[in-house]
Amino acid sequence: MSFIFKSASEQAQALHKGEISSLELVNQHYARIEEVDADVHAFLHLDKEGALAQAAAVDAKRKAGEKLSPLAGVPLALKDVMAQKGVPTTCGSKMLEGWRPPYDSTVVTNLKKNDIVILGKTNMDEFAMGSSTENSAYGPTHNPWDLSRIPGGSGGGSSAALAAFEAPLAIGTDTGGSIRQPAAVTGTVGVKPTYGGVSRFGLIAFSSSLDQAGPCARTVLDAALLHEAIAGHDERDSTSINQPVPQVVAAAKKLDVKGLKIGVVKELQGEGYQAGVLQRFNESVEELVKAGAEVVEVSCPNFTYALPAYYLIAPSECSSNLARFDSMRYGLRVGDDGSRSAEEVMNLTRQAGFGREVKRRIILGTYALSSGYYDAYYGSAQKVRTLIMRDYAAAFGKADVLVSPTAPTTAFKIGDKVDDPVAMYLNDIATIPVNLAGIGGMSLPAGLAPEDNLPVGFQIMAPAMKDDLMYQVGATLEAALIDKWGGNLMSLAPKLGAR
Amino acid sequence: MSAISRDEVAHLARLARIEMNDAELDHLSAEMQVILNAVDRVQEAAKADVPPTSHPLPLQNVFRPDVIRPSLTPSEALSGAPAQEEQRFKVPQILGEE
Repeated sequence: MSFIFKSASEQAQALHKGEISSLELVNQHYARIEEVDADVHAFLHLDKEGALAQAAAVDAKRKAGEKLSPLAGVPLALKDVMAQKGVPTTCGSKMLEGWRPPYDSTVVTNLKKNDIVILGKTNMDEFAMGSSTENSAYGPTHNPWDLSRIPGGSGGGSSAALAAFEAPLAIGTDTGGSIRQPAAVTGTVGVKPTYGGVSRFGLIAFSSSLDQAGPCARTVLDAALLHEAIAGHDERDSTSINQPVPQVVAAAKKLDVKGLKIGVVKELQGEGYQAGVLQRFNESVEELVKAGAEVVEVSCPNFTYALPAYYLIAPSECSSNLARFDSMRYGLRVGDDGSRSAEEVMNLTRQAGFGREVKRRIILGTYALSSGYYDAYYGSAQKVRTLIMRDYAAAFGKADVLVSPTAPTTAFKIGDKVDDPVAMYLNDIATIPVNLAGIGGMSLPAGLAPEDNLPVGFQIMAPAMKDDLMYQVGATLEAALIDKWGGNLMSLAPKLGAR
Repeated sequence: MSAISRDEVAHLARLARIEMNDAELDHLSAEMQVILNAVDRVQEAAKADVPPTSHPLPLQNVFRPDVIRPSLTPSEALSGAPAQEEQRFKVPQILGEE
């Protein structure tokens, strides 16, 4: 019997009851990958040897009667930006083609501690820069809902793997929306925890004050279980929060929003948002009202500056972070024929190793940080960041959580926006304020847009360190919608492969 | 509205240690201009009395005791090296022809 269409919690229960072994479960997923990934291209690398060994080890532990963590033995897809010892880690770039990290990221250490089985590394926009996974140096990933469309980005591989039932769990990273927007366009769940909630040790840095790894799954409860597995203080990440992990699993089981105030952000809707997206968003808000929540409208006037501020801060930080790719200690080296200087080899290597979007952002960041322009650009963007945080603080004075559509449109066709950087950047318009403020954000499925039958995402934003509120509201909405639809949204997805 | 010249972009490419050809510099300059036009507006919002925020968490000086702890072994640290010799990273000559 196939377990691949079940949720992670259901798979975990089946493992616990002995209905299936982890080895069989992992093999079922590899068979699925074999069946559909030629079309979806979610994965860049499969670590069969490692995964099967891990699965066998978990099965042995279970047989010996050891107490295991809730997700022990369940398979997972890992975004290729996370270092996994001995396993090729490319960040979707030629710069790191073939590079095998000599260490595990803390996220991977935590996954292994929880006996979660890592199937392989998923495709992404190069160095996490993009909203469509078209910037991968290894070819795009295709949206399982419509293979001619983008799966979102930068974490399109992870979201597509979930939507194609190649894995029940995935890890993503989110700097401007790279977990949430892919979740929205693939009908899956994605969470960016409060900044500092999950360790960045081994998360190959794009923009250090914004990057955050987070759980991706097909249900809110699954995401909560994964959240608790990976989150926590880490001595090796000086930006990690030294406080207990919010009780998100308990919150995800609390199907109740009575008395909660839901703040609809005026600036994150209206012009630029697809009609069907807004319709599903408003219907979802209605469901929360029916469930007992109170809706208030809030205004965050400085959000209009969030996108430009992000596209100054992130490139600036990235120009600094990507300076390490200099051909000296790891990664690509080009042109070292004995006649060239180190600087020349560096220049040639970085030209050959980085794609267009990465180079664009490095140059933009170098400009924004250069003397004469620093105050006007990076300095101003930092001030906007303060204003955004103030807007959130004021809004959270009026509401417990804030909501918006996750992305302005449903999945567009591959190729539609590659030649228009600014149009591409607009995909992040609703997700970016969350990263700038460092608070938590979740996207969960709100239905299909009537005009194109493609998934729409509903975004929930919670105050810093109150991630549990996102899960409480998200789980309640999810249950209400499943009830309304008579089943899970994913059951409406086109059937891939032979099934 | 600030304008960015092709020469400036070429200078930035040198600063960023990226060897770009002419066609790429032309294309990139045009793109830079479009992007800068879009992000320029942050200056309207940035009033003098607003303090900058570099980081969302109120953390300062997160240190650990200055005690030696196990880290990567030399062979682990060299495992990604494009070239190595005598347990060192082997790199092209630092001083080249101008």
